[in-house]
Amino acid sequence: MPVTENSSEVNNTFKPKIVAFCCNWCSYAGADLAGNNRLEYPADVKIIRIPCSCRLNPLFILRAFQRGADGVILCGCHPGDCHYTSGNYFARRRMTLLFSMLNFMGIEKGRTRVEWVSAAEGAKFAKTMHDFVGTVTKLGENKRLEDLRCKTTK
Amino acid sequence: MQDDKISSLLVSRAKELLSGGKVQLVIGWRKGLFDYDVTPSLFTTAEDIEHNFVYNEWCSANLSKYLVKETRKIETAKDTVRMNNKMAKMKDPDAKDAPEPQAKILVFLKPCDTYSFTELLKEHRINRDDVYAAGIPCDGMKDPEKKELSERCTVCKSKKHITYDELIGEDGDVQDSNRFDMVEKIEAMSPDERFAFWQGELSRCIRCNACRNVCPACTCEHCIFDNPDSGAAQKVAADSFEENMFHIIRAWHVAGRCTDCGECSRVCPQNIPLHLLNRKFIKDINELYGPYMAGSDMETKPPMLTWTKDDANPGVVSTRETASASQCNCNGGK
Repeated sequence: MPVTENSSEVNNTFKPKIVAFCCNWCSYAGADLAGNNRLEYPADVKIIRIPCSCRLNPLFILRAFQRGADGVILCGCHPGDCHYTSGNYFARRRMTLLFSMLNFMGIEKGRTRVEWVSAAEGAKFAKTMHDFVGTVTKLGENKRLEDLRCKTTK
Repeated sequence: MQDDKISSLLVSRAKELLSGGKVQLVIGWRKGLFDYDVTPSLFTTAEDIEHNFVYNEWCSANLSKYLVKETRKIETAKDTVRMNNKMAKMKDPDAKDAPEPQAKILVFLKPCDTYSFTELLKEHRINRDDVYAAGIPCDGMKDPEKKELSERCTVCKSKKHITYDELIGEDGDVQDSNRFDMVEKIEAMSPDERFAFWQGELSRCIRCNACRNVCPACTCEHCIFDNPDSGAAQKVAADSFEENMFHIIRAWHVAGRCTDCGECSRVCPQNIPLHLLNRKFIKDINELYGPYMAGSDMETKPPMLTWTKDDANPGVVSTRETASASQCNCNGGK
């Protein structure tokens, strides 16, 4: 294959931007473990640390989409393991309703996800991210919740 | 039922309570230039009530939200006297306490308004002692534009009064309503159709904030959409993102507290069916966390303030709608 064609192909490949909100006590440590174990996961994932999964305001998710994210994933402690006893139970209800509403408004449901990752599950973290990046890559660029003013020309 | 008879009954009762000193303020509906031009209003004199009070099929407005600010005034007056008494005692231990001002507000509540009223009481937004609530019957209200029964009244959820001090007329029952039909219809659409539908509706939004201002569940002192740092404060949506964001967040903030009174859609100058967003949340809550009707009692915990260990994970959104998912595949294929 000629080099020129190959390079243009590389430029055209869609690389999604993923925002991962990770709870401080489990999932952030899980991501750390994935790093310590030299587990590879896609560099498209940008991790934002939050104190607890229930810290996640639905506006954070919408804002992430506005500023150019193609997918948003929330990782928290497994239900029952919350550092603050019950934060993730509340987060679970809130996110269920929010995702259902996004779906109701016709926004692709693969773009948002919640996954429970404990501090010992570095491998699960890496696997989840691979999986999620794959899903979002298939969905393509976020068009339905984009803000044209936040788009930069390449 | 909203005939002259009931109207004159309300007028005489309001006058009686006002002149008897039982209440100092009446919240009701005021006649306008035209029949359908009825405004929510405060009345302080019997004379005013005699001439301007009206209750007919155009009295759609839910009066419960006005109680939040009006009872606050009473409570503030009481607090001021209490504080002054305390300070007077500091100067002179023998000082006599000035009496606390006592005031009551008479409010007329249709069955669905009593749900909003109860929800506000439950959230401690209204001091119950400051209100004299009169439950009144309702046969459905008309839409001033179409001159026919408004949508929310064709699918009336209840004719039962929840909280009241006095009932004028008869109490009804909770109705067997098919109010989720339209939500189901939208759910059955493909994601592309749903997106097109909502873009068509929401792109008309002029961000007048009327839906928020009228909503009896939206009683925050400082709304997130009034925060100048939020980037979305008090301005017309600049693009489709802001339209979506405002309406998703508005509906989400009242999820589990919305009594489905339908005021948001009534006041919308662009006729956006905003109640459908709220009904979607109500429907989801009913399906996922068990039947719940906001404002139907004072005891049940709101679904968003409680949880169980076996709640569904958010992934349920993708798995439970297999019917629409298959449609989605064929649409994505083309």
